Amino acid sequence: MNLRFALAAPLALVIAVPAVAAAPTDPQIAHIAYTAGNIDIAAGKQALAKSHNKAVREFAQEMVRDHKAVNDKALALVKKLHVTPQDNPTSEALNKSAKATFDRLSKLNGAAFDKAYVDNEVAFHKTVNDALSSTLIPNAKNGELKSLLETGLTLFKEHQAHAEQIAKGLK
Amino acid sequence: MRLRRTPLYVASAGLLLLASWPAAAAPHTYVVTIDKMKFGPLPGDLHKGDILIWDNRDMFKHSATAGDHHSFDVDLPAGAKKKMVLSKSGTFPFFCRYHPGMRGTLTIGK
Repeated sequence: MNLRFALAAPLALVIAVPAVAAAPTDPQIAHIAYTAGNIDIAAGKQALAKSHNKAVREFAQEMVRDHKAVNDKALALVKKLHVTPQDNPTSEALNKSAKATFDRLSKLNGAAFDKAYVDNEVAFHKTVNDALSSTLIPNAKNGELKSLLETGLTLFKEHQAHAEQIAKGLK
Repeated sequence: MRLRRTPLYVASAGLLLLASWPAAAAPHTYVVTIDKMKFGPLPGDLHKGDILIWDNRDMFKHSATAGDHHSFDVDLPAGAKKKMVLSKSGTFPFFCRYHPGMRGTLTIGK
């Protein structure tokens, strides 16, 4: 499955992803994974600035903390491997879509914001997890990068489950 | 009653003449390693009084939290090692409060 397929299917409403090569390279994979992490850190910081809901705030703190940990590790790894993460259409599309979501959420407050944030977290993690398992992990050539992505997938599945659980509690 | 839990004075009072009688077993220390979003192998022969060290080698903050939320709840920042004395026997399912898919069960004998 190519990346466009993997990313576009579950998130038609959230992200319109242009084509990239069917088999992304390690520098592209690193860039996509790092970009996805940064997007979720920014979303978490937005939630911490706006939300007063305890469960939502704890979740947002967890997102900022966990994604920063993965991205710090990713940065250390690319440095060690002398790899320069390479921007690509998928990363650009992720950023563009994230900015649209950020702007949309910035106009919401209270319960409406909480619900929109958590629903987007469910969708975003699902998209990234699908991309990780169908495209990014299978195409990663470097063993350490692959291992980091696999740990990331386990982590993000937990995040997705956590977001789904919180979404159930928000009306 | 297991020998390991027999208080020393019981052994010494009743068995003064038996110099070879072993002292009550000292508590053992076990390490459970946490890495890559998983609790590592759990020791299978735990007893009340033993010491468990949670060694979080992962890049993420975790916790070891008893399913009942109060028997134990150990916060484990990334890289932290925390010691826990097993103060009661029983079967204790536990999980990470931040990543509840991470689970295990401690079985602690008397």
